[in-house]
Amino acid sequence: MDKQKLEFLNAKSDEIRKILIEMIGRLGVGHVGGSLSAVDLLTVLYYDLAKVDPKNPKDPDRDRIVMSKGHAGPALYAALASKGYFPMEEIKTLNQAGTNLPSHCDMNKTVGVDMTAGSLGQGISAAVGMALAGKMDKKDYRVYAIIGDGESQEGQVWEAIMLAGNKRLNNLTIFLDNNKMQIDDYVDNINSVEPFDKKCEAFNMQAIRVNGHDKEALENAILQAHKTTDKCTCIVMDTIKGYGVPWAVSKGVGSHSFSISEKEWREFCNKEND
Amino acid sequence: MQDIKELREIYCDSLLQMAETNKNIVVIEADLTNCIKTGRFKAAYPDRFINVGIAEANMIGVCAGLATCGKVPFCSSFAPFATRRCYDQIFISVAYSKQNVKIVGTDPGITAELNGGTHMPFEDMGIMRNIPNMVCIEPTDASMLKSLMPQIAAYNGPVYLRIMRKKCEQIYGDGAEFDMFKAFTLRQGSDLTIFASGIMVSRALEAADKLKSEGIYAEVINVYTWKPIDEETIVKSVAKTGACVVAENHNVHNGLFGAVSEVLAQNCPVPAESVSVKDQFGEVGKIPYLEEKFALRSNDIYDAAIKVLKRKK
Repeated sequence: MDKQKLEFLNAKSDEIRKILIEMIGRLGVGHVGGSLSAVDLLTVLYYDLAKVDPKNPKDPDRDRIVMSKGHAGPALYAALASKGYFPMEEIKTLNQAGTNLPSHCDMNKTVGVDMTAGSLGQGISAAVGMALAGKMDKKDYRVYAIIGDGESQEGQVWEAIMLAGNKRLNNLTIFLDNNKMQIDDYVDNINSVEPFDKKCEAFNMQAIRVNGHDKEALENAILQAHKTTDKCTCIVMDTIKGYGVPWAVSKGVGSHSFSISEKEWREFCNKEND
Repeated sequence: MQDIKELREIYCDSLLQMAETNKNIVVIEADLTNCIKTGRFKAAYPDRFINVGIAEANMIGVCAGLATCGKVPFCSSFAPFATRRCYDQIFISVAYSKQNVKIVGTDPGITAELNGGTHMPFEDMGIMRNIPNMVCIEPTDASMLKSLMPQIAAYNGPVYLRIMRKKCEQIYGDGAEFDMFKAFTLRQGSDLTIFASGIMVSRALEAADKLKSEGIYAEVINVYTWKPIDEETIVKSVAKTGACVVAENHNVHNGLFGAVSEVLAQNCPVPAESVSVKDQFGEVGKIPYLEEKFALRSNDIYDAAIKVLKRKK
């Protein structure tokens, strides 16, 4: 990745994080940690590799991006807002009555959201269905599914991975947002999902482990998935819950959902007043 | 006598016929292809057939994903596994997401016979009826299934279809036509109405014959679509007869009795009796044993009719 591109993507991920913190900050509380850990991937997808067009969000030939860890909806909304899928003003409505931006992703409410999610383990199955539809129709769109490490304790994730691996869905890339934490504790202290890459390989998939905040590594891994013709790829992204916002990271396991003060978000977003 | 086909044969015939003109029709199975007999579809359209293995939750999710891309997936399993086993997936990935997925649950109620309690659904229509916007249909025989399949495929939204797999008693003639959103009045009557669905329709007709021999005229209405229920036909009938019996191969809770009672209570309260499974689990047995055990015989409908007529007076 050349320096110019990296600088551009870093500027975009900064912007998305600011939109995200403002969105949750204005509401006062929300799923901060697991949203922030997925921002760098969303930046690489929406600003670098995914074939999507905010002006044509229902294009049947578009790439699909499924946020299976539906509580990271705000990260997806921030990316979509920055891309211009809907007016930036809408971020002020997160979780307000009648909003198009509910806490968990809803494809019927938010322009640009490809699948409803929130009951964990389900989005990945739908992503497999989208990839199968692409094969049936001989289309060359790609499907990107983002799952959580905690989410992967759901059995359905493995039903979906088993099918994706066996059907050799090379048009599907699954990203594990491996931020190591879930609501109750560290994932390893509850029911470890590691070694996730080895598990995926055992399920007949290609697995690539990367630093999920290294955009160049992410890009390379995704390009490798694109080049792979006979396997579905899982990219295990080692991430930090709350990444990019020091006071979110410092909350540790508590970063999953917490309150943000007006002072905190305004300071982070460099927005003294509206 | 006409050659009666198994319902699964009709199901696959319809899918094949529709698939010719509608390239979006796809069939998804979870290892019961040989039970629902969709092998002919697989042979004709190998690229539009997916067997996900024994993974009903994933089957439903995959169907939802296919539907987001414009496909019209028909998936199936034994009714408990097509509904109860993957209820949240149906609720969120299909219904809440407004995806056009058709779910087929086979071997309803006592027709599960020797598969016994684990496979004997008395609750499937009830739980599916509780999902907003889910259309719930129990076709009565081969003619009706044949008539309804194209309507179900053309309807843009989730549908739960509860069918027997094998031959069932033929109530209607070949070529009979039905509206998927209407009930069908099989017999006119003036003293009471018998609402029935599935295997209980033939039993209702038998009970009506016996009542008629005693000078009691029962109106028999086949309510094959439980949701959205045909309120107009129900209210019109009981306004005339003043009493009813509801007969279903399903638990009394949240089934057809519940659906009809909801309509009656709000529009036309009359005495009503239920012929149904009374909050029990299934067990192994052949139909003659099971229908006696759960009191689902024509005589049970007859007894309920006599009882409701006494309440009417």
